[in-house]
Formats: sequence, structure tokens, C-alpha cells
Amino acid sequence: MNVLNTLFGEKKAKAEKMVFNSVEEYPEAPVTLGTTLSNFTGDWRTFMPVIDESKCIKCYICWKFCPEPAIYIKEDGYTAVDYDYCKGCGVCANECPTKAISMVREEK
Amino acid sequence: MPKKVVSGNYAAAYAAKHARVEVVAAYPITPQTSIIEKIAEFIANGEVENLQYVPVESEHSAMAACIGASATGARAFTATSAQGLALMHEMLHWAAGARLPVVMVDVNRAMAPPWSVWDDQTDSLAQRDTGWLQFYAENNQEVYDGVLMAFKIGEHEKVNLPVMVVESAFILSHTYDVVDMPEQEEIDEFLPPRKPLYTLTDFENPFSVGALGTPADYYEFRYKIAKAMEEAKKVIKEVGKEFGERFGRDYSQMIELYKTDDAEIVFMGMGSLMGTVKEAVDILRSEGYKVGAAKVRWFRPFPREELYELAKNVEGIAVLDRNFSFGQEGILFNEAKGVLYNTDAKPIMKNYIVGLGGRDITVNDVKAIAKNMKEIIQKGKLDREIEWYHLKR
Repeated sequence: MNVLNTLFGEKKAKAEKMVFNSVEEYPEAPVTLGTTLSNFTGDWRTFMPVIDESKCIKCYICWKFCPEPAIYIKEDGYTAVDYDYCKGCGVCANECPTKAISMVREEK
Repeated sequence: MPKKVVSGNYAAAYAAKHARVEVVAAYPITPQTSIIEKIAEFIANGEVENLQYVPVESEHSAMAACIGASATGARAFTATSAQGLALMHEMLHWAAGARLPVVMVDVNRAMAPPWSVWDDQTDSLAQRDTGWLQFYAENNQEVYDGVLMAFKIGEHEKVNLPVMVVESAFILSHTYDVVDMPEQEEIDEFLPPRKPLYTLTDFENPFSVGALGTPADYYEFRYKIAKAMEEAKKVIKEVGKEFGERFGRDYSQMIELYKTDDAEIVFMGMGSLMGTVKEAVDILRSEGYKVGAAKVRWFRPFPREELYELAKNVEGIAVLDRNFSFGQEGILFNEAKGVLYNTDAKPIMKNYIVGLGGRDITVNDVKAIAKNMKEIIQKGKLDREIEWYHLKR
């Protein structure tokens, strides 16, 4: 997978997590403690969507319906899942008209 | 200094106007309604500029709108009572948690059922743990002064917390009295425009407020509120002193002491009932009783240090609670006893539950309490710790 061609590309690859070592380092009010560039939600997932490109017709319905959105379009026109953010809701698999996406129990 | 004869509610409305509030979001509820009616009248008459009035569908929305306004840097104000305050409860935590110095007047009203519109402090005291500062006014002047100081204290760079100014239903809210109101220029000097901790309208640097705080971070933000509350004690004293220097009414003490210097028995309480208590103190003193009054102006932050200084020199404290925490005791009594536990100050303390749901507290009641306290001190032993003073037996 081309790392730079994910949802946030290079921006995500370079993002650093905000770390506060003492109470003084924290902002006074609970404002942004970093962004989704460094705070991933993909580890909430139980089932992961796996795309079978042989069945994909590039209709982009999965890309449109993903509520996260964790699906992006690759340079070759096929869709792919950014697993750093995919929570495994299964909406893409449910909506795919050609059943090209299957939900697979993830082993960790 | 201009004087006006106004109700407690109008005093609150004038104070909000003179504080140059920019957003008012409120929902009517007896006995608060005339505050927001008066503010609406200011707008209708063109007496105020740059004031956005947001009519909302509930008190929960009123506080939500104030929070949003305050997060853009605006000075926001609202007012409510009893059930309305209870409906706001969730949002009160949000205002404090997001460190937004919204100011609210709560007109103390008894919680239903049974349905009641009369004075009782349980509504505001039930908001004790929300992170709001709480100021209890004795009279209409203190309602006015309290609102002006509330903005200055809440918006202070070391505080950044919301403030509730509390007044009694009808006894203050609808009773007319003379109130000194400084000239607008003098108020502007005392209360300059707000300098917000952050503004959500900083579109060049977008950020969120109050997003997820995991167990790794939440704790530190709680500590910061606790620390700001401690700092607020100093700020209250500074601002109260400055207020006195500018306008002649000193608020540098979080507990106002009345004739306590040589007092053996001190009546402690909050709000309008303390006016009656002071009258009773004068009469009792003329009858030979060594009594005084301690009016707790600020319930949050709680004036621990001032209470200790008072308690170490008196024999008995009668705590008059116009409120009750079911399953325990009067709320001020509970707090005051707790403060003294780890100190060497051990006066005899008795809790008198008085005036719930607006029942009158008279000078004769205070005299009877003084007599009871004197007997207790002579015997050196409490007859009972909690006395439902007015109970029909």
C-alpha cells in the first residue's frame, strides 16, 4: 500500500502525538489535545472490511457511505480502507452492489 | 452616585446592562422572569447596543447558548430558578469544564413537588459540584454589586470559571429597595472588556473544545479547575477590596462578620435571611446576649480559612440552613463542620433547618434559637444536632 496515498497522505505520516508530561504543560482549558492525524480509532474494530478488487466496479458507493470516512480512492481508481480509522461498522460491505467487500474477524 | 428604587430582579437586570453583556439567552420561570423581561425592555427601548438576546426553548438550551457565546469571547448572562436550574444542570458542568465565565443569577426557589415558587436554597446548593462560583446576596444592593463583581472575578485570568449570583425569591426578587448604581464610566473602569482564555472564532487556528479526554488526560483538567477555585479566593478578596475602594461597599471578606468580635454565639447562614439575623443580633445584644452573625457570601469557593479564624474564638455556632440534603443535614452546616474537623477550633455547632419553601424566618425565631444555643453552651452538650425548627408538633 502506498502510505502517502492514504486519507491524509504525508500529513498523517509526519504528525506527532501531543504528549504532556506535567500538569503545567497542559492547556488551561480542555482544547484540542492533538488531532485525528495522531489519534487513531482503528483499534476499536472487531471486523475489518476486505476489498476484493476483482469484483469492484469503481462505483465509489463505499467511499461515499463510509461514515468515518476511512475509505479513500487509490491512484489506480480502486478504493482502499485506511485501517488507522476504520471502526469496522460494515456499512461499506452492506452497501457494495457487487458484494466486493467482506467483513473478516480480525485476529490481534 | 445615582440611586434607583428597584426590585432585586431589576437590580440584576441593571447590573447585567451596566456590565455591557453581549449575549443573553434565557427562558422564563417564576420568580426569575422579571430579570429577563427587563433586559428585553432595555433592548426594545434601544437603551443597549451590541446585545444579542436569544429566546430559547428551555433552560438547558439557555445555558448551551451562553456557553457557545462565551466560547466566542462574548460576555454572556442568563438567569433562572429551581426547576429551570435543575434542567440546566448538565450544561453547568460544561460551562465550568470548558472554563467559560458565564454569569447567571439564580433566584432561589424551592424544588417541587409540592409545587412552590418561594424561597429555598436547595436549588442552587444542588449545583455545588459543578465548578461554578456561588455568591449569596443579602439584599438588592448585593444582587447588583454581586453581578458586577461576578464578571470581573469569573473572567480573571487566574479563574476563568462561571459564577452564580443567588438571590431570594420574592424577599429580594420582587421587593423594592434603594440601590446605588455607579455611573457607566466608573463601571467601565472597574470592568473592562473581557479577555477570553480562547475564542472559537480564531479561524486561522481552528481547534475544538471539550473533545475526548481519556483517562490519561482528564485528571489534569480537573486539577486545573480545583486550582482555579483556590486562586479565586484571592481574586474575590482583591476584587471585593477594589469594589469597596471605588464604590464604597467593601466585599473583601468572603464571610461578612457582624458583631462577632466578643461573641460567644454566632449565627451562620447565607442570603436574605441574614438581614433578619442582624436585626435580631442588635436586639439580643441589648438584652445582654453576646451574639454575632457570620454571613457566608461565597459558598464556592468555600471560605475555609475565614471560617477557621472565626470558629476558634467562639463557643457556639448556630448554622441556619434554608436548605436540606436528605439523608444527611443542612448543607452549609455539613460544609462548615467538615472544614473544622482537622483543626483545633471546636465550637459547639447546631443545625437549624429554617424557612424551607419560603416559610418566614422572624426576629423572634432567631431570638428563640439564641436562647436554645445559650442553654446548650451552659450544659456543654447538644440537645440534638439537627433541629427542624418550625416543625408543627
